Amino acid sequence: MINFLTALINGLSSGGTYAIIAIGYTMVYGIAKMLNFAHGDIIMVGGYAMFSTLMLMGHPIPALAVAVVFCVILGVCVERFAYRPLRGASPLAVLITAIGVSMLLQSVAQVVFGTAPKMPTQLQIAGAVNIGKLAINKSTILTLSVTVVLMVVLTLFVKRSKIGRAMVAVSEDRGAAQLMGINTNAIIAITFGIGSALAAVAAYLMLMKAPSLTNTLGAMPGIKAFTAAVIGGIGSIPGAMLGGILLGIIECLALSVPVLAPFTEAIEFAVLIVILLVKPAGLLGKARREKV
Amino acid sequence: MSMITGFFKKPFVRKYANYFVVLLAMLVFGVLSMTGNLKMGTQFLLEQIAIAMLLAVSLGMVVGFLGELSLGHAGFMCVGAFLGGKVSAVLTEAMGATQSSIPILLLSLLAGGAVAAVFGVIIGLPALRLRGDYLAIVTLAFGEIVRNVIMNLPESWFGKTLGLETPRFDRKYLFVIALFAFLACLIVTQNLIHSKHGRAIIAIKDNEIAARAMGVDITKYKLFVFTVSSFFAGVAGVLSSYTQSRLQTTTFDYNYSIEILVMVVLGGMGSINGSALAAALITFINHKLQTVLTGNLAVLQNVIYSLILILIVIYRNAPGLKNFREKYNFATLGAALKRRFAKKKEVPDDEQ
Repeated sequence: MINFLTALINGLSSGGTYAIIAIGYTMVYGIAKMLNFAHGDIIMVGGYAMFSTLMLMGHPIPALAVAVVFCVILGVCVERFAYRPLRGASPLAVLITAIGVSMLLQSVAQVVFGTAPKMPTQLQIAGAVNIGKLAINKSTILTLSVTVVLMVVLTLFVKRSKIGRAMVAVSEDRGAAQLMGINTNAIIAITFGIGSALAAVAAYLMLMKAPSLTNTLGAMPGIKAFTAAVIGGIGSIPGAMLGGILLGIIECLALSVPVLAPFTEAIEFAVLIVILLVKPAGLLGKARREKV
Repeated sequence: MSMITGFFKKPFVRKYANYFVVLLAMLVFGVLSMTGNLKMGTQFLLEQIAIAMLLAVSLGMVVGFLGELSLGHAGFMCVGAFLGGKVSAVLTEAMGATQSSIPILLLSLLAGGAVAAVFGVIIGLPALRLRGDYLAIVTLAFGEIVRNVIMNLPESWFGKTLGLETPRFDRKYLFVIALFAFLACLIVTQNLIHSKHGRAIIAIKDNEIAARAMGVDITKYKLFVFTVSSFFAGVAGVLSSYTQSRLQTTTFDYNYSIEILVMVVLGGMGSINGSALAAALITFINHKLQTVLTGNLAVLQNVIYSLILILIVIYRNAPGLKNFREKYNFATLGAALKRRFAKKKEVPDDEQ
């Protein structure tokens, strides 16, 4: 029972990290209608930005701030120079460009920082809090609280602020939004900026648990978060949250059973396939009827 | 001279020119290799090129003709590679030989292809319900599931993390077999696409609902295309198992699928020869970059490759660059060159 509870809480926590990354995917998909394959690599860049700042001054808070700013600039630049020229082109061309950007970021990171993993141990938060027999890691508690705060802020931002509502409008109908006087290019750039900022936070949460940084840090979490976004219904922010947390819980429950542990990834992806077969638009996605 | 150019202009020759080119390559390089005039490096490069072309043309069937995005081609390849590799390992051991012989090789190719084809049917089923990006993520998930499961099966099956030890085949002739497999794929694809069934498949890509209204059996054709495509992916996987001493699942991750997709897209969607050409060129360029950029420069290979990729895609697809594209492309470049050289001597006949 204790094992089960621990797995559940760990699952909530790693699910929170997935959710934060998945929101980046889902917002970009909803607004720019593209799979941003390079999103996972923004996490990696954020990690290296944090590592570099830590070399200069040894405190995690300025490192996180620098990483967020750097990732926002990077995300907006990538959108401006790689994706915006292709607006209106075939979705496959945009997908290939995103793949190209992902490869570029990974290889540039390799050129600059080498292949040996970096260990920004200052970011690590060790220790646990005991509640009865239950031992919860401090990093888990921090991840959970950061996730909850970010989700509340983001939901309020999208529902209440002018920019947030402009985002919803652009994702529903870009042409009509433009006619209503919304600067769609600016809104898309802001979306990429928010997604990248979230990626930097995700990098911090990941390195806090396991401070080992290579140029493929974001690749697998990126793919899994993308899976989470699709499970929840891509384009829907609450869906990304739900999908991320669901995926995290499945992952940690599978990891806690010794027989299933090696097959964790297969189980996660199998759940995705099953959910999509039952609900082709994801859990919270809107099914669109195709018209002739 | 005019006889030769006349020969190349016959419709029959034009239609099957790609077969002749592959046959010619098989013949020329085969003879060179037999007489010992081909360097080891060139043999390996030819193997890689043949495998890449096989993968690109087979994926092109799904992406270019059926119009479904698949990011799991390496997954089919992985299934084929491990099953075919296992078959050839078991048979070679049963024969008491150290090297695989031609019957065993052919048998393993068929076995790997067949198992991959079965998985193609399984993945084709969700394709009936899902479209576009959703199908893409399902195929990607499939590839990762296959990799994860094969790597964690008992060690006596596929060697776990150590990898599967596969028998050798004479490297002097392996590329000939690989080119032969590619030729088979080319013939199947081209004949399929130019048939009644091919037109039905293209109709599904253009408008599924209209195709269904015209009486096209969507279920049948979608499953069929996925099956054929993954069969050849499996064959390519078996071929690649002969080029490695230990077969590792890490080779077949989603990046590999993406590499194949890049070849198809750069070659031009729905163009068989284009995909094959792009596959050959990309493999060749990567090989050259690897040999030219040595030591400290080796890390630059991927930077250069990805930059070229981004620039080509933007150049070819950006709506804002339409005028630029019309002014500067291969056709205008060729015309400009022709004008320049025409002043000096007569224009040579175009032997296309």
